[in-house]
Amino acid sequence: MVDLTRLYDVLVIGGGNAALCAAITAREAGASVLLVESAPKPFRGGNTRHTRNLRAMHEKPTSVLTESYLEDEYWDDLLRVTGGQTNEELARLTIRETQASLPWLEARGVMFQPSLTGTLNLSRTNAFFLGGGKQLVNSLFNTAQRLGVEVLYDTEVTELVLDDGFVRDVKIVSRGFPASVRTKAVVASSGGFQGNIEWLKQYWGEAADNFLIRGTPYAQGKVLRNLLDQGAHAIGDPTQFHCVGIDARAPKFDGGIATRLDCIPFSIVLNQKGERFYDEGEDVWPKRYAIWGRLIAQQPGQIGFPIVDSKAEKLFMPSVFPAYRANTIAELATQMGLDPAATEKTVAEYNASVRAGTFDTTKLDDCHTEGLSPPKSHWARTIDEPPFIGYPLRPGITFTYLGLKVDEKARVLMSDGKPTANLFASGEIMSGNILGKGYLAGFGMSIGTVFGRISGREAAKRVLN
Amino acid sequence: MSLIDVIDLQSAQLHDEARRAMEVCNACRYCEGFCAVFPAMELRRDFTNGDLDYLANLCHNCQGCFHSCQYAPPHPFGINVPKALAELRYQTYRDYAWPPSMARVFDRNGTLVCLLAALSVAVLVTCIVLLRDPGILFQPQTGPGAFYRIMPWGLLSALAGASFVYSLVALGMGFRNFWRASERPTSDLTRPRPLMQALHDVFTLKYLGGNGRGCNDLSDNFTMLRRRLHHAMFYGFLLCFASTSVATLYDHFWNWPAPYPLLSAPVLLGLVGGLGLIVGCSGLIWVKVQTDPAPSARALLGADYALLTLLLLSSVTGLVLLTLRETSAMGLLLAVHFGFILALFLALPYSKFVHGIYRSGALLRYALEREDEHASHASN
Ligand SMILES: Cc1cc2nc3c(=O)[nH]c(=O)nc-3n(C[C@H](O)[C@H](O)[C@H](O)COP(=O)(O)OP(=O)(O)OC[C@H]3O[C@@H](n4cnc5c(N)ncnc54)[C@H](O)[C@@H]3O)c2cc1C
Ligand code: SF4
Ligand code: SF4
Repeated sequence: MVDLTRLYDVLVIGGGNAALCAAITAREAGASVLLVESAPKPFRGGNTRHTRNLRAMHEKPTSVLTESYLEDEYWDDLLRVTGGQTNEELARLTIRETQASLPWLEARGVMFQPSLTGTLNLSRTNAFFLGGGKQLVNSLFNTAQRLGVEVLYDTEVTELVLDDGFVRDVKIVSRGFPASVRTKAVVASSGGFQGNIEWLKQYWGEAADNFLIRGTPYAQGKVLRNLLDQGAHAIGDPTQFHCVGIDARAPKFDGGIATRLDCIPFSIVLNQKGERFYDEGEDVWPKRYAIWGRLIAQQPGQIGFPIVDSKAEKLFMPSVFPAYRANTIAELATQMGLDPAATEKTVAEYNASVRAGTFDTTKLDDCHTEGLSPPKSHWARTIDEPPFIGYPLRPGITFTYLGLKVDEKARVLMSDGKPTANLFASGEIMSGNILGKGYLAGFGMSIGTVFGRISGREAAKRVLN
Repeated sequence: MSLIDVIDLQSAQLHDEARRAMEVCNACRYCEGFCAVFPAMELRRDFTNGDLDYLANLCHNCQGCFHSCQYAPPHPFGINVPKALAELRYQTYRDYAWPPSMARVFDRNGTLVCLLAALSVAVLVTCIVLLRDPGILFQPQTGPGAFYRIMPWGLLSALAGASFVYSLVALGMGFRNFWRASERPTSDLTRPRPLMQALHDVFTLKYLGGNGRGCNDLSDNFTMLRRRLHHAMFYGFLLCFASTSVATLYDHFWNWPAPYPLLSAPVLLGLVGGLGLIVGCSGLIWVKVQTDPAPSARALLGADYALLTLLLLSSVTGLVLLTLRETSAMGLLLAVHFGFILALFLALPYSKFVHGIYRSGALLRYALEREDEHASHASN
C-alpha cells in the first residue's frame, strides 16, 4: 500500500518509458520512489505502449542490431530531419548514451526481436521490442515494482507548487480524491499535450475537433501547462505536432499503428470537394509518410480520400478497416460522400495526363503526369480497372513539440535561465530540446530512455547527498 | 434451428473473430517475433477458414501477444489473439473429428472423458471379479505370469490392441481432414527438409521457449515453466509408451510374461516415464489454475484438465502398482490401472490429445510455406 503521509525521496510523474527509466534508476541508486500514472492500469504506459522500436548507436553488430551505426551518421540523420532545430550538445549526449541504453533495458527485462526479423528494413539502426512497446512497459513495471518502486495508477498530478525554483508541494487527484505527495525531488515524465483537444484548439481552432490522436488520451499536458505558467522556460513550437495520415474511422484516441494507411503513393488523394491538392508521388513513402497529416489538416473538413484501382490494391499493407469498393468512380464517390461528377472529372483529368513508364515501386520511377496541377511525379498509373477502392483519411497526431527546456542534467530551466533545484524532466515533455521539428524513427524512445536515466540519476543524487 | 445449424453458426462466429484479430494483427505486426503464427499470417492478406484453422493450430498459447497487445481489452478493438485462436482451435477438433458424428464429444469433453475413465475402470474391475475367482483377486500373486492370473492375457491384449488401433485410425483420419483443408498435396507430407524442420520443432518444443526467455505462462512475466513441464509430460508419455512396447515384445517374442524385475527395461522406462508424467501433468494443472484468466479460453479448460488428470491417474496408479505388486492389493490395482490406460487409449482421438496431431500438421505446413517462400525469394 502506498502511504501518502510518508516523505518520498523522488516522485516520478508518468507511466511511460521515460518515467519508468527514471524510477528504476533512482531506486537502484537507493532513493525511495513513488511513481504516479494518471491512466488506470490497463491503459498504463502512455504513448510508449504504441511504440515499436528504439534507435541505438552501436559500433559493431549486436544480437538485435546489424552492422554499425556511429555517432556522426546518427547526428547527420538527426540534423537532416530537424533542419537544425536541435541542441547539438544534448543531441550528441543522447546519441552516445543510446549505446548503453539497449543493454540497460535488456538487463531490466525488456525483450527485443532478434535482428533481421523485422518487417521494416531498419534492423541496422533500430532495435525492435518483442511484441511492441507494451511489452517494454510491462517488463519495466515488473522490474520497478520488484525493486520497490511504489506505483499509484489512476492518479494525476494537477499542480507542482514552485517556490523560487524549488518544488514545495505536489497536488494530485488519486482515484478521484485530491491529496498531496511529500517528496524531496520530482521527475516530470508526463509526455506531451496532444491528448488535450481544447489546448490544440488555441492554435488550430475548430479544426482540432477533426484530429485523431494516435496515442494516449492521458497526455493532457497538465504538468507542462502548470510549469510553463509558473515561469519554466518553454522550448519548441507550441502550434506544431508530428502528424500522419490515418484511416478516418480510427478511434479518437489510442488507434496506434494499425490505423496507418500506406496507399498514398499509388493513389490520387481527393479533398471533400473532389479535387486533388498535392503531389502524391513526390518521394518514396517513408520520407513522405509524415507530411500527409499536416496536408490533410489544412484541407476543408480535415479529411482526404485516396483512391486506387484494382491494379494497386496489393501494393500496400492492408488497412484494419474495410475499404470502400465500387465498380464505378461515381459509385465510389457516393459511398465516400463526395460529389460524383466532381470526382469523375478529377479522375478523368488525371488519367488523361498520365504518361506511361516503367512502373517500379522500389525506386522513383518514370511514371508521371504531364500538364496536371498539382502533378503526380512518380508511380502515376491510370485509375481505370474496377473495382475502385478508396479510404477516408484524417490527421493522426503522434506528439506535440512544445516542452520544457532542460540542461544536460535534465534539470528544468526557468525563463531566466536558472535551473530549478529539485525538478527534472525526461521524455516527450522535453524532447523539443533535441527534436525541434520532424521525426526520426525510434528517436522518441531514445530520448526517453537516455533522459529518463539521467533524470532518475540526478534526482537521486540531489536527495541522497 | 437444428443442432447442426447451431454448430455451423458457432464455427462461423469463431472463424469471424479469429479473422478480425488476424486482420488487425496484419496491419500492426508488432508481435511478429513471438511465434510462427505471425510470420505465417504475414504471407496472407485474406484468410480462408482453412488458413485460420491452420493458424489456430500453429498457436501454442504462450499468451505473449495478449499481454503485449496495445489493442487488448478494454481497448475498443478488444483484440485477444490467444483466446480467439484457442476457441477456434477447439472448434477445429470438432470440425476435423472422425467419424464426423463424434464432433459432439468435444462439447462436454471434460465430463465425457471423466465418465469414460470411470466406466472403463468399473468395467475392468467388474469383469475381473466376475471372471476370476475372488480368491485369486485378493491373494498376493508373484512370479512370471502373475498379472495374467488376474487379468487373462487374451482379454488384455484384445482390449488394448483394438482400442489402440481404433484410435490410431481415428487420429489418422482427423489428420487427413486437417491436411485436406490446407489444399496442399499429400506429397508435401514427405518433403525431407520441411519434414525434418517440423519434427525438430515438435520434439524440441521450439516455440514454447519463446526467444530463450520463455512465455507468459502465468502473467506478463516471461518464464520457462510450461516448456519444462510439457517436456516432462511429453517425454514421460513417450517413455511409458516405450515401456509398454518393450513389454509387449518380451511377452510375444521372448515368451517372458510380465511382471518384470525392477532392473528391467519395461520397469525402468515406466518408472522414469511415470515420474515425468506426474511432474508434468500436475505442474501443468497448477499452471492452468494459477494463470491470468484473461487470455485463456474457458471452453477448453474441461478438456485440458480431463486429459491431464487422466494421464496423471494412469501414471500414479502405474507407480502404485509397481510398489505394491507383491501384496494382495495388486489384483485390484492392476484392474484400476488398466482401466485408466484403456480409457486413455480410447480417448486419444476425442480429447485434448488431438492437439499434438494438428499442431504437428500445422508446424509441417509452416515449414513447407517457409521453404516455398525462400525458394521464391531465391528465384526472384
Ligand atoms: C502510434 C505511435 C507510435 C510510435 N512509435 C514509436 C516508435 O516506434 N519509436 C519511438 O521511438 N517512438 C515512437 N513513438 C513516439 C513515442 O511514443 C514517444 O516518443 C515516447 O513514448 C515518449 O515517452 P514518454 O515516457 O515521454 O511519454 P509517454 O509514454 O506518453 O508517457 C507519458 C505518461 O505520463 C502520464 N501522465 C500524463 N500526464 C500526467 C499527470 N498529470 N499525472 C500523472 N501522469 C501523467 C501518461 O498517462 C503516460 O503514462 C510513437 C508514438 C505513437 C503515438
Ligand atoms: S496481438 Fe496486438 S500487438 Fe500483437 S500484432 Fe496483433 S494487434 Fe498487434
Ligand atoms: S499466444 Fe503465443 S503462440 Fe499464440 S499467437 Fe500469441 S504469441 Fe503466438
